[in-house]
Amino acid sequence: MSEQSTTERAHAAHASTQTYLVVAAILTVITVVEVGVFYMPAMHPVLAPTLLVLSAAKFTLVAGFYMHLRYDHNVFRAVFALPLVIAAAVIIGLLFLFRVL
Amino acid sequence: MSHAAVAHHTSTGLDSRKIAFWTFIGSECLLFGSLIATYLVYEGKSVSGPTTHEILNIPLTSISTFDLLMSSLAMVLALAAVQRGERLWARVWLGTTALLGAIFLGFQAFEFTHFVHEGLGFTTNLFGSTFFTLTGCHGLHVFVGVIWLTTLLVRSFQGKLGPEKALNVEIAGLYWHFVDVVWIVIFTVVYLIQTTPLPST
Repeated sequence: MSEQSTTERAHAAHASTQTYLVVAAILTVITVVEVGVFYMPAMHPVLAPTLLVLSAAKFTLVAGFYMHLRYDHNVFRAVFALPLVIAAAVIIGLLFLFRVL
Repeated sequence: MSHAAVAHHTSTGLDSRKIAFWTFIGSECLLFGSLIATYLVYEGKSVSGPTTHEILNIPLTSISTFDLLMSSLAMVLALAAVQRGERLWARVWLGTTALLGAIFLGFQAFEFTHFVHEGLGFTTNLFGSTFFTLTGCHGLHVFVGVIWLTTLLVRSFQGKLGPEKALNVEIAGLYWHFVDVVWIVIFTVVYLIQTTPLPST
């Protein structure tokens, strides 16, 4: 990728204020749903997967829009994603190792 | 003005400071990943109370979670204001972010104090040790973030935080948002997903 196109991408690495507000509203709604699901006995059989999906959605929104990964260079995404995958693998591996899963 | 305009020449065209900071954030992922894994491995294995479902205050923590999410919104608005050269709004949003961070720390101090009064200390049981280590480490990161934001606010009042310094604010923002996403995971894994009995109502 040329330096010019890299610079252009960096210039475009900012969403509008309206986008930031919409993301904040979505994050608020997801948090309310998370807490609501926690207090719904009918949801208890699928509580963990439901909450993990909702949490992943919030994580993605903050990383993508507020940390600008959605618009930024692929190098930043890779530098963040690789340790994230390793951390997730460590968590899952330890849970299996100690027979929690 | 974008940070790219003030970035020094590199072979990738990307600012080295930003790559370095993303690498630091990557290392922080491993730190918090190991702390969360340790908490999960020992969760529900305490031989004496208090345990998660007996002591965690979900309504209170939901409010502090909302507080931290809104601080992330204030942080991106602060960065946008600095990039546009709007000094007043940059100060307003930086101050708001730092204030919301301080409020989060207040919630955490209240929670920790309440737990100690309820008989849960750092060495009481496995839950106490892993919970205080994980959330305390996160709280320490929030504290560092509040100090960092306050420093930027002071620099702004000194007239030394113009658009040419936007990268400084962007890097502080990356740190702050990372602290936020870590809390998103902690709130779900520690507070909402519990292996111990869940509320029936």
